[in-house]
Amino acid sequence: MTTLEIKQAVKRYPNGALAVKGVDVTVEDGELVVFVGPSGCGKSTLLRMVAGLESVTEGEIVLDGRLVNEVEPANRNIAMVFQNYALYPHMSVYKNLAYGLKNRGTPKAEIDAKVREAAKLLQIGDFLERKPSQLSGGQRQRVAMGRAIVRDPAIFLFDEPLSNLDAKLRNQMRLEIKRLQRRLGTAAIYVTHDQVEAMTLADRIVVLNNGEIEQIGTPAQVYGAPASTFVASFIGAPPMNLLKAQTGDGAIVIGESRIEAPVRANGPVTLGIRPERAHLANGSGGADGPPMKVDTVEELGAVRLIHGSVGGQHFTANQSADEPIPGDQVRLRLQADDLHLFDHGTGRRL
Amino acid sequence: MHKAQFQSPLYPYLLLLPQMAIVAIFFLWPSAEAVRSSFFLQDPFFGNETFVGIDNYTDAVTRSDYGRAAWFTFLFTVVVTFFSLGIALLLAVAADNVLRGQGPYKTLLMWVYAIAPPVAGLIGIMLFDQHIGPIVDFFALFGWDMRVGVDYWDSGIAMMIVATWKQIPVNFIFFLSGLQSIPKGVREAASIDNPSASGRFWTIIFPLLAPTSFFLMIINITYAFFETFGIVDVMLKGEPGNNPVTLVYKVFLDGFRGNDLGGSSAQSVILMVFVLALTIVQFRLIERRVHYT
Repeated sequence: MTTLEIKQAVKRYPNGALAVKGVDVTVEDGELVVFVGPSGCGKSTLLRMVAGLESVTEGEIVLDGRLVNEVEPANRNIAMVFQNYALYPHMSVYKNLAYGLKNRGTPKAEIDAKVREAAKLLQIGDFLERKPSQLSGGQRQRVAMGRAIVRDPAIFLFDEPLSNLDAKLRNQMRLEIKRLQRRLGTAAIYVTHDQVEAMTLADRIVVLNNGEIEQIGTPAQVYGAPASTFVASFIGAPPMNLLKAQTGDGAIVIGESRIEAPVRANGPVTLGIRPERAHLANGSGGADGPPMKVDTVEELGAVRLIHGSVGGQHFTANQSADEPIPGDQVRLRLQADDLHLFDHGTGRRL
Repeated sequence: MHKAQFQSPLYPYLLLLPQMAIVAIFFLWPSAEAVRSSFFLQDPFFGNETFVGIDNYTDAVTRSDYGRAAWFTFLFTVVVTFFSLGIALLLAVAADNVLRGQGPYKTLLMWVYAIAPPVAGLIGIMLFDQHIGPIVDFFALFGWDMRVGVDYWDSGIAMMIVATWKQIPVNFIFFLSGLQSIPKGVREAASIDNPSASGRFWTIIFPLLAPTSFFLMIINITYAFFETFGIVDVMLKGEPGNNPVTLVYKVFLDGFRGNDLGGSSAQSVILMVFVLALTIVQFRLIERRVHYT
């Protein structure tokens, strides 16, 4: 079953700016869909259109089979977790959680039961009588999630909920959000600009750029077969190497080297290679790939990053710390499966 | 340890001196003088003084015109505070919801603030004039024959209207900035949690404005009590006759028109004590129930 359908959604601001340019997304029952993209790509706007905080210029938002374009946020059966928590500062944690239920006319005993259950789930039971100002960032984040959970909505909307937390807490909360969402089995949309969050959380990722969808797919699909150079450079850290290259006669030419092309192409292309798929061979150790000039080596512990250039263009390779540190000149050993070709002009995958 | 930066120990006191001098000359000395002279029967021509104990006080509070002025001042303060806060809040909420042209709208609403109280009083006289006053004409449509300066309550109501009008801009500015400091996320969260706009206002917005409202209430009570002197004086053209006066204006009348400096001093001491009590009550009782973010 489908929880949410976004059909050809367009957002045009009064000043004429187009924030969302006709986007189609569906969210299935229990699915966690992540909207990811750089700031200004329209991901938050799209989420806020689903929430009802932004009007829909064109297109349809259908939630549980009901067209909700003109429905007030409070009547949409959604729950949202905001970036800066947006807790009510004058209310205790308990009242923050109970507020939405109270306004729906839920009986007192039921409110109490739901609040206590959510508090237990989120381990905030000890703070119920405190004001938000007396809580730490992580605790506030839990309260904000509790406020969403007690509503028992059709869909959770997360708007960059972890960006105000420090790195350690962020990783911990990320995992917790995922567990919680699985356990509750409620569909969710999660907006982030952080590709690690997108990869780890998502059932499916929607990559947005400039108000348009670049690609929709599982994390493995988006990572393994990026639909465009934009997706290729956005998903994955360090990002995919993108080299200008020539093709012809079934081969790719970079500088002086020729590699067998995985697909048929003619003329200039952009060649993409993931850093961890670029194997290095010292000297001439059997490798026939293009030569790489090494200038910097970064140790990250388990792996190391080798920065340098291939055919005069910046290139990063990633090798296990077990392998020997390469010299100044190495050759790349590449496999046809690991080569991604993109149209030189449009950046679309070939 | 923090070490004093001054070379001479007297230097900091020297820097404090101007401020202390102002407090002493314009506040402490007159206050002390008022307290002292409230126990004497003063000769208005700087002649003899006769010690009369608390006669001035008993005289003041038992006189019927004092009771009348006190009652009017109380009513005046309650009405002016309530309406100037209420109308300003209404305008601020409206201005906050305006998306386009908010700048000019705000400026127009704040304009009145720049008008001095006596000028406001003069404008009031014009608006409430028996022959040309548009407000009098307006009320006449409802069959109310308003006679400002002649009828006690008509004058009182006119004074309340002018005093309220004059105070609205200050309250408006504070309320608007208070509204705009409420985080957007909190309002949005509320719009998801509560379908009723008025419900959201009373349960979220209004409580978050409480610090502003509390501050403004003190300012407004003080204003209605003391700073409306100019409006009262101008609107009554310095000749109160049978018209209502506020306690502060009565201090002036009895002292400088009636030449009863002792009695007038006693009244001002009563006012001082009242303001002191008011301040303590406000801070002790009301502040406890106000949420400060």
